[in-house]
Amino acid sequence: MSLNKEQVKEIAQLAKLSISDSEIEQSTIELNNILSLMAELGEIETDHVEPMSHPLDMSQRLREDVVSEADLSEEFQEIAPKTGKRHFLVPTVIE
Amino acid sequence: MHTLSVAELSKSLKNKEFSSVELTQHYLDRISHSDLNAFITVTDDLALSQARAADAKLANGSGSVLTGIPFAHKDIFCTKGVKTSAGSKILDPFISPYDATVSHKLNIENLVMLGKTNCDEFAMGSSNENSFYGPVKNPWNKTMVPGGSSGGSAAAVAGRLTPFATGTDTGGSIRQPSSLCGITGIKPTYGRVSRYGMIAYASSLDQAGPLTQTAEDAALVLNAIAGFDEKDSTSALRDVPDYTKTLRDSIKGLKIGIPKEFFSEGLDSSVEKVITESIKEFETMGAKLQEISLPNSAYAIPTYYIVAPCECSSNLSRLDGVRYGYRCEDPKNMDDLYLRSRSEGFGDEVKRRIMIGTYALSAGYYDAYYLKAQKVRQLISEDFKKAFQNVDIIMGPVSPTTAFELGAIKDPVSMYLADIYTLSANLAGLPGMSIPAGFSNNLPVGLQMIGNYWSEEVLLNAAHQFQTQTDWHSVLPENI
Repeated sequence: MSLNKEQVKEIAQLAKLSISDSEIEQSTIELNNILSLMAELGEIETDHVEPMSHPLDMSQRLREDVVSEADLSEEFQEIAPKTGKRHFLVPTVIE
Repeated sequence: MHTLSVAELSKSLKNKEFSSVELTQHYLDRISHSDLNAFITVTDDLALSQARAADAKLANGSGSVLTGIPFAHKDIFCTKGVKTSAGSKILDPFISPYDATVSHKLNIENLVMLGKTNCDEFAMGSSNENSFYGPVKNPWNKTMVPGGSSGGSAAAVAGRLTPFATGTDTGGSIRQPSSLCGITGIKPTYGRVSRYGMIAYASSLDQAGPLTQTAEDAALVLNAIAGFDEKDSTSALRDVPDYTKTLRDSIKGLKIGIPKEFFSEGLDSSVEKVITESIKEFETMGAKLQEISLPNSAYAIPTYYIVAPCECSSNLSRLDGVRYGYRCEDPKNMDDLYLRSRSEGFGDEVKRRIMIGTYALSAGYYDAYYLKAQKVRQLISEDFKKAFQNVDIIMGPVSPTTAFELGAIKDPVSMYLADIYTLSANLAGLPGMSIPAGFSNNLPVGLQMIGNYWSEEVLLNAAHQFQTQTDWHSVLPENI
């Protein structure tokens, strides 16, 4: 499998990254080099192997649904790029 | 005093040979005169006030063994009120509003934070050249890389700018820079140390640990930071032993497995020689050597470079320019805000891994990449399970070479290949360690030790015994 420039642009858009026309050539080459490294996995027979999503064989712990943290909303607002009235402000989404 | 280990400094502080304030000022002076670029932020005022508080505790005898000891945090641990950048422009404006559990645990024992160390952006890299704050220099030769991603931590310890530092290891990021800088570093079993407040790269692989001068120091620090944490759902609910208690045990009869795949093509012959000799030293001490096979270990590279980018593409989606961190100037609309904040804020390697992960997880490719990689991950893990039925510990090189020249490796794939020996411990979730084992062309070589799950004390015991018989760990770079 090899990616062309259009596909690389599409992936960038999905990842919310922009790639300029001057970068696209190099990015496509690099991503294809990485993907060809990954093609090695095709050599291995894995039909009957359970996928391993996590190193520890553990299940998620449950806890009582109670408030465990103090209200830090002011501290979290202070470090935001733009805030107002306890909201994070962004460019207008709906006119 | 900067050539003393944590254990030695602790005794000196107890005996009032010097105060924590004096010790802290000494390290702050060393940092200000250093040209290694090992620190992103130096917290002078905070350090001195913490040192005064530590001295008060030491004076009334209520301190712990680590009270008053200065240290540095990799700039990936959230530290309340202090910039926490993860080596990235996108978090350059981020002043953490809370402490990571690791930070909190060191705070309550009254340690003294000297500052935050440089690292590859979001811990993605093997040379520390991917930092927004510039590359770190290796104290053994300033034209060389210190390794990565905890390169600033490793260089700071090797250059004796701090008695110890914290680090994180997702694919070798504690062990490889420890090897390249000639210090001791341990990546504990996945789940041993809380990941809460440790900026996530690949959540099923990331694990925190100390970078120190000696195995004894690593045991002291691990005692302080290990343990269950309610705030991390993947932290393990298991008792933590006192790692200093077993350091002095004999290693007679210890069964060491030597994986033949770790001594194949690509391993520098002078590194191989150092590793072979250091393993022989263990035999002299009474350990039994045995060749083993980890047949799938060569697939660790493609497996890791699918799993980690997939997890990172998901983890790093939170960096959107909305709630914290960098936001682009005058965004026209939401899409423009996301696109420009992320594109201007992330460096090339981070973008590359996000793109690879986005692609590998996208519809139609998930089975071929992510699912396949998870299956191979299982096979890699099973290789270790089989091996540990017959041996107590596995030994081999950390890295195929010693430190390389800054700027020498430009191609991403070539850089990935250098991680060959460290990735599999992360994929399996096993503890791993690097200890100084000798030199090749005046550059340090680290011996890797991989243990079974929850067997950090076996690694630390073997490492400490090796360090009682050898002095590679106390050889210093020039002009220290």
